[in-house]
Amino acid sequence: MKYILMMNTMKTGHGVPEWPRKDLQAHIAFMHGANKELHERGELISAEGLSFPDQAKLVRAGKDGRPVTDGIFPESKEFLAGFWIIDVDSPQRAYEIAANMSAAPGPGGAPLNMPIEVRPIMSGPPPEML
Amino acid sequence: MTKTWDATSEHLLRELAPQVLGAVARRFRDFSSAEDAVQEAMIAAFSQWPQEGVPENPRGWLIQVACRRMTDQVRSEIARRERETVVAAETANVASLLEIEADMDPDDTLILLFTCCHPALTPSSAIVLTLRAVGGLTTAEIANAFLVPEATMAQRISRAKQTIKASGTPFRLPSRHDRAGRLPAVLHVLYLIFSEGYTSSIGPHLQRFDLAREAIRLTRNTKTLLPENAEVAGLLALMLLTDARRAARTGPDEELIPLGKQDRSLWDHVEISEGIALLTAALAKGAVGLYQLQAAIAAVHDEAQRAEDTDWRQILALYELLKRVSPSPMVTLNHAIAAAMVHGPADGLQLLRALDTDPRVATHYRLAAVRAHLLEQTGDYEAAIEHYRIAAARTTSIPERNYLMTQAARLAGD
Repeated sequence: MKYILMMNTMKTGHGVPEWPRKDLQAHIAFMHGANKELHERGELISAEGLSFPDQAKLVRAGKDGRPVTDGIFPESKEFLAGFWIIDVDSPQRAYEIAANMSAAPGPGGAPLNMPIEVRPIMSGPPPEML
Repeated sequence: MTKTWDATSEHLLRELAPQVLGAVARRFRDFSSAEDAVQEAMIAAFSQWPQEGVPENPRGWLIQVACRRMTDQVRSEIARRERETVVAAETANVASLLEIEADMDPDDTLILLFTCCHPALTPSSAIVLTLRAVGGLTTAEIANAFLVPEATMAQRISRAKQTIKASGTPFRLPSRHDRAGRLPAVLHVLYLIFSEGYTSSIGPHLQRFDLAREAIRLTRNTKTLLPENAEVAGLLALMLLTDARRAARTGPDEELIPLGKQDRSLWDHVEISEGIALLTAALAKGAVGLYQLQAAIAAVHDEAQRAEDTDWRQILALYELLKRVSPSPMVTLNHAIAAAMVHGPADGLQLLRALDTDPRVATHYRLAAVRAHLLEQTGDYEAAIEHYRIAAARTTSIPERNYLMTQAARLAGD
């Protein structure tokens, strides 16, 4: 079963988090280790981090079909910071991985408890359809 | 002396893979390393044979390449431990390729099947290991079939082998008694490979390795190794009788076409005949099991010239038997459909009620989909629309979601 794990962070300003260096390093090391473990278990399909909000553009087709971009990111409380695509044996395992990522260390080493949205990825239909 | 690579060569290579692996694994008493060595030999064959031709003794060629890899590995291992004296002995050990070849045993493939479908493994690990070690598929092909990166698949396979190694199970055929107990797990893995292949045959990802055909090939080989087992034959029959409908299962836009509306002239009648012959012979042996019963149900559907000719009474009787032999919520669900076809939708809906309190299936889309279908038959369109939509929201398959939304839209009089 494939799932996408979407890591949402609160949209506080447009810049990088201003944490002490050792907290930043601990956070980076945690994410690196967590990804490595997922890969070694044969569960990781991809992991991507996304740029900060100031790089984001909202695009719509204009009257002539050409892209019209919004310079300013629209109002939203949360912002997608990155995602993992995993292939696991059960939904419980997907939730377990998400909980682990959610508890990544933040300032002072305290768990961030970020909300991670877990959603199944659609597949083909199984045999024996009505 | 070589032969030109042709359509049969790939089949030959895959058929040889488990035989070579069995011989090498027994020789070196190391399944895990032998499996890696044979995989490398297979990759070498796939890259060299199409250009240079198939060697006169393809089996000997594969053994030689695999043994060379094993020796290299043993050597580097020993060099690491600085135990030079053993090198000579180990090298001598692999020199006699002819001996290894003469030592091949048809049971090797069976040993491999039981090893790969080890009870310590999760089904998903057992599936990929079976495909590589018994099916002779490369890691890249397996990764392609499951739409995961090759590196991820390689990790999954290597972890599965570590689990087997840690279990300490020797590389030999389980006792007759253990074999009977472990065969259902082997058959389940083969069934899951088929099911995965059938599932992935629809969807946006074309050019995927055909796992359904692979499952049929592996089950056919298993039947050759266990000719007296009626359930192996039943499983092969079930696969053939299901696969026979593949071409009729979807429309031009990959939309799903349910059994009752399929163009039956598109069904593969060669597969149907073979499936029915296998099933008839299996049923005559007397030990009726889960796969034979499912194959029998598939056969009743396949034998009907038109959907309205389907012998639903017989299907209902078979589901009642299946409910006793192998009860599960999915069997109850299908039993309700059959009951509705024989006794009317109210009977089917009554049977579904028992599933509302079963946590394994209460929120499953199939329950909502079947209920919607039966409600439609009673003429309660409003409730049917509601349940088609509930089912559409719950399925994790896009073609199925499209089908269910379309059913709701049709009843809503779009």
